[in-house]
Amino acid sequence: MKTTLALFGGIYNNYLALEAAIVDEKKRGASDIYCLGDLGAFGPHPDRVFPLLQENNIQCVQGNYDDSIGNELENCQCGYTDPRDNYFAQISYDYTLANTSVPNRHYLKNLPKEIRLEIQGKRVLLCHGSPRKTNEFLWESTTSTHFLERLASDFEADVLVGTHSGIHWQRSLSGGRAFINVGVLGRPENDGRTDVWYTLLHFNDAQEVEVEFVPLRYDHQRMAAEMTEQQLPQEFIDTITTGWWSTCLEILPAKERARGKF
Amino acid sequence: MIQQVKPPEIAISHLDHLWFQVAGTLCNLSCHHCFISCHPKNHNFGFLTLEQVEQRLLESVALGVKEYYFTGGEPFLNPDMVSILKRTLDFGPATVLTNGTVFKEPWLESLREAEQQSVYSLEFRVSIDGFTAETNDPIRGEGTFDRAMRGVSKLVKHGFMPIITAARTWPDSEEQTVISNFLAMLRSHGYERPRLKILPTLKLGEEENRSCGYRDSERITSEMMEEFDTSQLICEHSRLVTDRGIQVCPILLEAEDAKLGETLQDSIRPYPLSHGACFTCYQYGSICSNPSSGFSAIES
Repeated sequence: MKTTLALFGGIYNNYLALEAAIVDEKKRGASDIYCLGDLGAFGPHPDRVFPLLQENNIQCVQGNYDDSIGNELENCQCGYTDPRDNYFAQISYDYTLANTSVPNRHYLKNLPKEIRLEIQGKRVLLCHGSPRKTNEFLWESTTSTHFLERLASDFEADVLVGTHSGIHWQRSLSGGRAFINVGVLGRPENDGRTDVWYTLLHFNDAQEVEVEFVPLRYDHQRMAAEMTEQQLPQEFIDTITTGWWSTCLEILPAKERARGKF
Repeated sequence: MIQQVKPPEIAISHLDHLWFQVAGTLCNLSCHHCFISCHPKNHNFGFLTLEQVEQRLLESVALGVKEYYFTGGEPFLNPDMVSILKRTLDFGPATVLTNGTVFKEPWLESLREAEQQSVYSLEFRVSIDGFTAETNDPIRGEGTFDRAMRGVSKLVKHGFMPIITAARTWPDSEEQTVISNFLAMLRSHGYERPRLKILPTLKLGEEENRSCGYRDSERITSEMMEEFDTSQLICEHSRLVTDRGIQVCPILLEAEDAKLGETLQDSIRPYPLSHGACFTCYQYGSICSNPSSGFSAIES
């Protein structure tokens, strides 16, 4: 028997990508869909995300953004350390907070920090950044394998699944264990493509997990038009239409930064 | 009688960052704001050999270290430096803090090849303290601006994107102008996507003579630690390997109580925050880590 889960993070208000992802994931046989947090940020109309999640029974982990909006904090707690990164993060945070309804804020406030599953004998731990810190950046090029081994042991998980950084990757660990960053739906991956990414995890009877990263096309032109209409920064809109990040760049390590355009 | 107040202690949550005082206190420059008084004749702390570094790298695996940092003095005065960085990239990401003035082209060619073969990033952090020779050289020494910029150009030519670090020696009111001019200067030298990190100055070493050091009131108290995000403090997630053993952090190299043991495991114990430099770390946070570490975390 094979069990397939679909997972994504960082919707960032991109309800059009979310709609497309749900259709695609069901078509590919996903029995359950999980969101690993950060429902808001970046895009337009935050409240349009929530009915899609609830109507499709999508369970969510709380990201740093959700904690901030849910508790009406002053900033997104994204973990940026550069003034320009924080400047743009604050624009999107103020917009999202102002346009998220009170019931939806309440929903975000009550999301769990982690979800644990047991599938085909594998202990699966879903979190946002890392199991120890909601807003920890785990980049492929700055996360040692023995650090991930330690996390998997400390948190008693065979499959550790996170998001937060915005770029998908995976690392195989000892004893058939694995770490997987599922990517985000809200914006492209700084690779010059307008696609966004989600992940399918296929579990089989042999206690193996196959990881499938899925690029997703959606109506990005309509998304860009709605962002323009909402007077969101041109820098954000350019990212949607070109696939290159032009903000939040200083948080990138050398390898990930070098692959981008800016 | 003045009663001594016991400073608050900080436990290490996890050894995320392992630092190496790889060039000891030896440097080819004598900067006025150096927080450990490194200069061309300071042999107070010695070089680490490839074998010594390798032993610590092996020790670090069981502790789950996430990233490795190399500092001095000037790391590239150490004849083993290229081999050390290449070996480190077998274990995890490596960052080297350099003044950029002593690079040789074959070293950078070799390191570029090693980085491309590794899954991990090799970060260069180059210290420059002004966007012109007129502003930089009075702090770092005559001719150092041109020499450092030649180093940056070599790094860029070999495909690296160095993080330029500058200690804030200008008034806050000039911050935006200084940063804009810095970025423009780097672009004019062929570094089209410059990365810049501004650091606070630490009133230790040579800088203590320049700025008269810390006042007694500039200390962390137990009250200040209430509801404070302790992950901002380097000693909460880092240790430093020196030729004399394991110390608490790269800033307090010369502090008498900085040594915590002979092995990494020995050094996993609390440390009292009794120094003026601890106060700077408290105020500014994440001054030693790369921006990609994003150390302003919330707990799960």
